[in-house]
Amino acid sequence: MTENIWRRLSGNRMFFPLACLFLVLIVNLLVTPDFFSIKIMSIDGDPHLYGRVVDILNRASELMILAVGMTIVVSCSAGTDISVGAVMAFSGAVSIWFLGFGVLGVDGKYSVFAYQIPYFAGILIALAVGALCGACNGFLVSKLKIQPMVATLILYTGGRGAAQLFAGGQIDRVEVPSYKWLGNFIPGIPVPTSVFLAAAVIIITALVLKFTALGMIIQSVGINNKASRLMGMRSSRVVFLAYMFCGLCAGIAGLIATSRIGAIDANNCGRNIELDAILAVALGGNSLAGGKFSLAGSIIGAITIQSLTTSLLAMNVTADQLPVYKAIVVIIIVALQSPELKRMVMNGRARLIPKNAGAK
Amino acid sequence: MSDALPKTLLRMRGIGKNFPGARALDDVEFTLKPGEIHALMGENGAGKSTLIKVLTGAEAFESGEIYLGDSKTPVINHSPQEAQSRGISTVYQEVNLCTNLTVAENLFVGRQPGRAGFVKWGEMNKRARAVIQRLGINIDVEKPLEVYSVAIQQMVAIARAVDISARVLILDEPTSSLDEHEVRSLFCLMRKLRDEGMGIIFVTHFIEQVYEVCDKITILRNGQFIGEYETENLPRRELVSKMLGKAFDDLASIRDEAAEARTGAEPMVSAKGLGVRGGIQPFDLDIYPGEVIGLAGLLGSGRTELARAVYAADHPDSGELTVKGRHIGRTPLDAMKAGMGFCPENRKEEGVVAELSVRENLILAEQTKRGVFKLMPRAEQERLAEEYIEKLQIKTAGMETPVKQLSGGNQQKVIVARWLLTHPDFLILDEPTRGIDVGTKTEIQKLVINLASQGMSVMFISSEIDEMLRTCGRICVMRDTIKVGELSGGELSSAAIMSVIAGGGSDD
Repeated sequence: MTENIWRRLSGNRMFFPLACLFLVLIVNLLVTPDFFSIKIMSIDGDPHLYGRVVDILNRASELMILAVGMTIVVSCSAGTDISVGAVMAFSGAVSIWFLGFGVLGVDGKYSVFAYQIPYFAGILIALAVGALCGACNGFLVSKLKIQPMVATLILYTGGRGAAQLFAGGQIDRVEVPSYKWLGNFIPGIPVPTSVFLAAAVIIITALVLKFTALGMIIQSVGINNKASRLMGMRSSRVVFLAYMFCGLCAGIAGLIATSRIGAIDANNCGRNIELDAILAVALGGNSLAGGKFSLAGSIIGAITIQSLTTSLLAMNVTADQLPVYKAIVVIIIVALQSPELKRMVMNGRARLIPKNAGAK
Repeated sequence: MSDALPKTLLRMRGIGKNFPGARALDDVEFTLKPGEIHALMGENGAGKSTLIKVLTGAEAFESGEIYLGDSKTPVINHSPQEAQSRGISTVYQEVNLCTNLTVAENLFVGRQPGRAGFVKWGEMNKRARAVIQRLGINIDVEKPLEVYSVAIQQMVAIARAVDISARVLILDEPTSSLDEHEVRSLFCLMRKLRDEGMGIIFVTHFIEQVYEVCDKITILRNGQFIGEYETENLPRRELVSKMLGKAFDDLASIRDEAAEARTGAEPMVSAKGLGVRGGIQPFDLDIYPGEVIGLAGLLGSGRTELARAVYAADHPDSGELTVKGRHIGRTPLDAMKAGMGFCPENRKEEGVVAELSVRENLILAEQTKRGVFKLMPRAEQERLAEEYIEKLQIKTAGMETPVKQLSGGNQQKVIVARWLLTHPDFLILDEPTRGIDVGTKTEIQKLVINLASQGMSVMFISSEIDEMLRTCGRICVMRDTIKVGELSGGELSSAAIMSVIAGGGSDD
């Protein structure tokens, strides 16, 4: 009876991703009893929600947005886009360059003290740059049939350099208060803006997948490209658009990241985040070999990773040592999901408890 | 080893091998003499490649003996390397050399002349030049292999095999990707090697080529040894009937109705000079409403390629295609919108989308036809899926079951249903009954006849002539990528079809 319920539970796609998140949260609760408490604090007269959970969601927003794009890319091309971190930096840098319009500020950098173009235009520029980078990746992968890893490696290395070029090799600050809204709080609203942005990206994507045939077509192309072509799908166009969308997501994430610190730090903006994004997709129970995908899984994966990072930092693990602990936990989570390990455990158990126990 | 040539190079006696659930080889004989080009023929699954694999040690066998030369002691090769050391070399259809290395490097890789780990490049190139010239190939051995055509690459592979003192050379479908001229020069090389006393086993399905270059023919069918024949004593028609396992006279025509009256009818689909380079020579074909047209021919004769050209699955290089008098574009989507459907031959690779559910597999084509943004409502999807699961009697646990969990026959039905669901005017079925049980086969045949009676045109491709005679009103015959004939009505009989397939030596 219990076995039956267990089997039905563990058979669900979402079971393991959710179980992993749950595990991380439980450990957190044990270590920090006030983990789930949320306080309203007033800063300069504005109410702000504060608490570990809010912090995790806030910090996870870039990762969630990237994971959405990455999920689509992985599904239809069985490859990953490793350029998203660099694209974040590049779109952020270009956007800030345009906001200051290349006017050298009083501090000798391209820092922005007054918008030269409307803020809204700056946002659009960041999105456009992200989408353009994605289109570039998409062209290489879908038309020139270059392996996704190699195709996106170009922007992975080149993107950050290009970002440096636009930033003039400096950390350029934006000293206009409204610039910080996206990555922090809009005055009067107690919830971090980036949470809204992440929610918007997720909801819009989910709605598009629900109300068009795109989801099915993306999966079909990822599972069997040849069959899909014979069914009239323009598979290379699907792949192209997927990469473009992933680039757009990176552009949005880049806006949040630069706004969060109110500056473009081309070296550190979105650094190594592409690996977390890929990991989020994998932790969500999605196969990196493409095909069937679950958006919810990837988002749970992203939140799991960020919970892990945030709580480890809160446990006084230094940022340098963080990857080691993270790696250990990730190994455990990924191993738990491996069907191969499951089989090994089953075999081991069968050997320990022979069916005809008692007989020699 | 004496210099005098042995009487035989190779004797295989009573070779038997089982695959799980099937007898792959049953008491097969094969003898190869020096200075002989020996064709190994048979349809798909006849056991040609298994026999070659047994010989070269790529697969083990259960019974029988292999003798080399005039020796009385049987040998067993455990690996292709071991076979090579005994003088048996194989050159496959896909050249497995390193195309980025030079010709000379390819010839000597693994056995470079040199000392203490240093390669003597000069000597290697010199020796390579000698090898190449001896075979009458005129190329620069210091250029990378990739600058040369597939034909030359194949010859280099042969040169390598010959230079590693091969006495038995196995050529497995060497001509499939070569053009006319390249085939000529390959044959030249083969004759030269034969005259030097080498024994060549030539595996092919091109009948004309066999008659052009081979001295002897060994025929296999369903793992059985059918016989060994002198090429000149075996008429083409007899060869075909032995391969297919049917004597000409014991097959009465099953279908003797007159061809449907289609005088004055407008053709549904009309191809003029349509051709794909390397696939199918330009052909003309009119297909009428309510007609079942069959494509007959041996494997590789261009049956599938013709169908793919009509559906634009392969991009045609020449000619034009009209559907109901209108020109259509050249992508599968255009073909679909013009009312075509296409069930490909290779169910696994080009048909099913394995991880998706039966429901999704059923509605995908219709969904694509309607457009990405016009998602069929879930209720409609389920209604259609249910309807077609019922109509074609698809055995599945439920419509949400991943299609990969279904049996082959049921997967095939899913793909046929997928296209029926789009209500096509013209449906192409390429080997729809391959690898499925007899019951399902009959169901599909009945379905085809039924569809045609409702006014749909169907193109039906099958390796089984019986099946086509049962279902088709007209049959086009393909040979060596050319559409060589058309038979309809009273002319339809398996004897007539086979004689057209055999061509050349036939009486007309």
